[in-house]
Amino acid sequence: MEEIIKIKDLKKHFGTLDVLKGVDITLHKGEVLTIIGSSGSGKSTLLRCVDLLERPTSGNIYYHDEDILAQGFDVNHFRSRVNMVFQNFNLFNNLNVLDNCIIGQTKVKKRSKEEAREIAIKNLTKVGMKDFINAKVTKLSGGQKQRVAIARALSMDPEVILFDEPTSALDPEMVYEVLKVIKDLASEGMTMIIVTHEMNFAKEVSDRVIFMDNGVIAEEGTAKEIFEAPKNERTRQFLAGFKA
Amino acid sequence: MQLDLSRALSIFIDNFDIFLNGILNTILFAIVGTVFGLLIGLVLGGIKAIKIEESDTLIIKVLKKIGHIFTSVYIFVLRGTPMMIQAVFFYYLLRDLVHWDMFTAGLYIISANTGAYMAEIVRSGIQSTDIGQTEAAKSLGFGNMQTLFYIILPQAIKNSFPSIGNQLIVNIKDSSMLNVLSITELFFQSMSIAGSNYSYVETYFISAILYLILTSIAYIALNYFENKLNDTKVNKHMDMCA
Repeated sequence: MEEIIKIKDLKKHFGTLDVLKGVDITLHKGEVLTIIGSSGSGKSTLLRCVDLLERPTSGNIYYHDEDILAQGFDVNHFRSRVNMVFQNFNLFNNLNVLDNCIIGQTKVKKRSKEEAREIAIKNLTKVGMKDFINAKVTKLSGGQKQRVAIARALSMDPEVILFDEPTSALDPEMVYEVLKVIKDLASEGMTMIIVTHEMNFAKEVSDRVIFMDNGVIAEEGTAKEIFEAPKNERTRQFLAGFKA
Repeated sequence: MQLDLSRALSIFIDNFDIFLNGILNTILFAIVGTVFGLLIGLVLGGIKAIKIEESDTLIIKVLKKIGHIFTSVYIFVLRGTPMMIQAVFFYYLLRDLVHWDMFTAGLYIISANTGAYMAEIVRSGIQSTDIGQTEAAKSLGFGNMQTLFYIILPQAIKNSFPSIGNQLIVNIKDSSMLNVLSITELFFQSMSIAGSNYSYVETYFISAILYLILTSIAYIALNYFENKLNDTKVNKHMDMCA
C-alpha cells in the first residue's frame, strides 16, 4: 500500500516538558488510524505536529517521501491536502455555513465561486447540513458545527483528514451524529488519523489502533488486537477504565 | 458674568455662516482622521500582531523585529505627546520639505495621531480573536496574509467596532486642537466670533452645544451601524471577499 505520511522518531518538548519522546508512525492510503490514550499522553500534540500547527523539536515527517520540515517545503499546499478537524470546531465566525465551506476552495484552491459553491453544497448535503447553508455558525449546536467543519475539510478534497478529538466538546446526544459522518467517510475509503476517547467507535472504524502512553507508542495493532487482546499492561489498565 | 440665552441665540443667528463653516471643517477633519487613522491602524496593528516564529529565516525575523520596533516607537510618540504639539512641530519641520499648507498638514496630523490609537485597538482586536480561527485557516492551507485579511481582520474590526467608533467622537472634539494651525474648524471659528463680539460666555456656549449635537449624531449613527453589523455581518462580508 502507498505510504502517505511517515513519521520518524518525532520528539516535541514544551520547555522542560517532554510531550513526545520519539514516535514512529506510517500512514497508508485508505487507512483509518486511531490514536487512543489518556489525557496528556501526547496524542493531540502528535496530530498537531503532523499539520505543522506545532513545530516538532526533532525527528522527521515525510509526506509522499518529501520532508515537510525542510526549509522551502510548501507548507500551505501540504495543509490544503491534509486537513484538520478540531475539537472546538473552529468554524470561521465571520462567515455563514456555506461560506465556511467555500472560502478555502476559492482562496487556496483557486476554484471559481460557482464550482466552490457546488462542491460545498454537495458536502454539506453529505453531512446532513444542507438546510443550514445560510445559517450563522454561532447559531448552530455543537454537533452541527462539527458536521460543518467536516464538510469544510471535505470541500478541499483532502488526501488525509486529521480528527483531533472531534466529539470531546459535544453533549452526549450529539456524539452519534458526528461519529456516523466519520464512519461514512471511513467506508468510502478516506484516509484518516483520528484521536478519540470513543472506544466503541475506535473499535468499529479503525484499521489500526495506536495506544499512546506518556509520549511514546505503547502498543500498536489492529482494532481486534488492541481491544480484545492487548499485550501491554498499560493498555489493559487504560481500556479497563472505560469498561468500568 | 452671566449666561444670556437670548444673546447667545442672536450670536448664533448672526454668525451662522461662520459657525457652519466651522462645523463642516470639524466634520471633515473628524471623518478624514478616523478613516485614514483606521487604515494606518490596520497596517500598524497588523504588523504589531505578527509573531516572530522559530521557523522564520533570519532575514524575516529581522524584518519583523524592525516592524515591531517601528510601530512601538510610532505609538509611543504619537500617543504620548499632545496633538497640538505634533501639529505645530511636524508642520514647521516638514514645511520646507513638502511645501504643505496648514490645512493639508492638519489632515495628515489628525490621521497620523488617530492611527496610533487605532493601531492599539486593531492589535488588541486581532489578539482577542480565538487562536482556533487562525489554526483552522492555516489547516486549510491559508497563508499568513490570507488568514489575516479573510478571517482575522474582519472579526477584529467587528469586535473592536465600539472602540473604533469612539475615535470618531474623540476626533470631533480633538480636531479643535488644530486651531494652532489656523484651521477654521468649529473652535477656531468660535474664537474669532468671541474675539469680535466680546460675548465669550454666550459664544462658547453655542459652540459647546454644537459640539454636543455633533457628537450625539455620531453616537446615534455608530449605534445604528453597530446593530447593522451584528445583524448582517455574515452575508455582507462574503460578498466582499469571495
